[in-house]
Amino acid sequence: MLRRPEVGAAVAALVVFAFFAIYTDTFLSEAGVATWTESSARIGIMAVGVSMLMIGGEFDLSTGTMIGTTGLTVGVLTTHYGVNVWVAVLIALALALVIGALNGILVMRTGLPSFIVTLATFFVLQGLNLALVKAIIGGVAVQGMRDVPYFDSIEPVFATDISLPFGASITISVLWWIAVTAIATWVLLRTKPGNWIFAVGGAATSARQVGVPLFRTKIGLFMTTAFAGWLVGMIDLFSAASVTSAKGVGDEFIFIICAVVGGCLLTGGYGSAIGAALGALIYGMTEKGIVYAGWDSDWLMAFLGVMLLLAVLVNTWVRKQAEVSR
Amino acid sequence: MKTLRIAAVAAAAALTLTACSGTGQDDDGAEDASDLDLTYAVVTHGAPDDAFWSVVKAGSDRAGEDLGVDVEYNSDPDVTKQAELIDAAVADDVDGIVVSMADPDGLEKSVKAAVEAGVPVITINSGIDESAEFGAITHVGQSETIAGEAAGEKFSELGAKKVICVIHEAGNTGLEQRCAGAKSKFGGSMENLQVDGADTTEAKNTIQSALQADGSIDGVLALNAQVALGAQQAVEESGAEVQIGTFDLSEDLIGQIQDGNVAFAVDQQPYTQGYLGVQFLYLNSINGNQVGGGKPVYSGPAFVTKENADEVLEVRQERHPLTR
Repeated sequence: MLRRPEVGAAVAALVVFAFFAIYTDTFLSEAGVATWTESSARIGIMAVGVSMLMIGGEFDLSTGTMIGTTGLTVGVLTTHYGVNVWVAVLIALALALVIGALNGILVMRTGLPSFIVTLATFFVLQGLNLALVKAIIGGVAVQGMRDVPYFDSIEPVFATDISLPFGASITISVLWWIAVTAIATWVLLRTKPGNWIFAVGGAATSARQVGVPLFRTKIGLFMTTAFAGWLVGMIDLFSAASVTSAKGVGDEFIFIICAVVGGCLLTGGYGSAIGAALGALIYGMTEKGIVYAGWDSDWLMAFLGVMLLLAVLVNTWVRKQAEVSR
Repeated sequence: MKTLRIAAVAAAAALTLTACSGTGQDDDGAEDASDLDLTYAVVTHGAPDDAFWSVVKAGSDRAGEDLGVDVEYNSDPDVTKQAELIDAAVADDVDGIVVSMADPDGLEKSVKAAVEAGVPVITINSGIDESAEFGAITHVGQSETIAGEAAGEKFSELGAKKVICVIHEAGNTGLEQRCAGAKSKFGGSMENLQVDGADTTEAKNTIQSALQADGSIDGVLALNAQVALGAQQAVEESGAEVQIGTFDLSEDLIGQIQDGNVAFAVDQQPYTQGYLGVQFLYLNSINGNQVGGGKPVYSGPAFVTKENADEVLEVRQERHPLTR
């Protein structure tokens, strides 16, 4: 039990939590909890998808822009072409899955590193998000999303506040985050595809020799990160009722960082979905905790870097202790 | 904190009353202000390293010092994260929020929630049209369209025929409005050019390529000071006869204006946006004032040209040297 990859991250998350809970007044207040859980949830959904892919031995750098692409797709289809918002959301999902599959097929067929293939996808999507959207709607930001028919009917699915019995409230994105983490953990630990993922990430050649469907597994993983991108894209779109061409650019590294903080190895074959979710929690708590602490925001990134490094160090230390104690 | 504040206001009012009734007691305003223990949050959409926004921050910091209130500045160019920062400030129970709304639709929910929670809001810089609708006390800034129009007219005066308008942030509606405004009042033809504002060398190269590709371009309108400096380099290296105009200032840029390499800068006076935002919240906290009477307070545009560049530079160096 102690040797699970997420144990260190859990301890690190507790340390960060305790620090800000004691150091600031706001962190544990109702409104405070609502804010940092929301940031953690959005990053966490994506980090869980990315962690599965990383266990499978690949990277996806197109995840950030995918958030923008799916959001813009729905925004443009509904506000400009008058497509029903539910239909538009499904079209965006299909588009995301196709792009994810394309990423996977390109990686498998060309033998290029996924780092390169998805970097190319990242640039292409970034360009399309700007050029195509500008060409179609003549601007860089989708306007009037709230006036779209049936907006109110779909908003609660992706963006609504849920009151908890003891007074606090959280956004629905937190439930999505928990659900995604639970499903990913179940798949990784309890199903055959889960074994395949560890196998293709740890030892691809021998996995192929024993009959693991390498091609299908990897493509499925790229489609998983694309799905996560779509889900976060919808959460962002319906909570802000707005999306611009620059959406998500630069976020892809944060997801990888969270997966690593949560115990995933950059070399593949090792890690967990719960760990990635905890990594996102550490990131979200730190990011908002720094604001509550009132530290000068010029130093925000420096503080964040130090806190993350400390979190990883605590993480590694705990894991080493666990291994020694065995 | 709230009850403390009400008590303090009441105490201040009582003091003022007794002063009026002629007991001869000194009413020391400054001391009362720090007794109020006010904290304001400034939440903008600026990138952390942006020269323009560091001037806004300097303005709000200075107002905080002058008034004896705590000012906490945070920013994020991504609208979802900026909205979260506003929520965080409300959660933190601040006494007022200054916010820039580059993407008003995206901030609507958070700003309205802040107002509903009883936190006074002042909008600055962008979001002039939505400010009142969302329940903000007032807006401090310039109309991007009006400022753009002024820049367009200036290029006509300079005799330019073909100008490129350089957009450095994809997804910023304010920048698009400036270019559209400039285009509408400019006599010649104007086209937009998209560059990567985060990478100034690359931005310079893109502008240079555009100049090389079309020799008839005789004007470049940049939308921030860094890009304008890049444009100036591009023009110098290409050797073409091109007039440069820009939005916003930096110390280096003022130098280029003094040397005549850059024709003009439209200054929306960001220092005043940061300063007045905090000042207006303060007036609201201590006296219930609603400055602006439902109309925006214009912080600009002011033109900086060769004529007044010396004076502008002197003020900057003396008053806020950290924002060069």
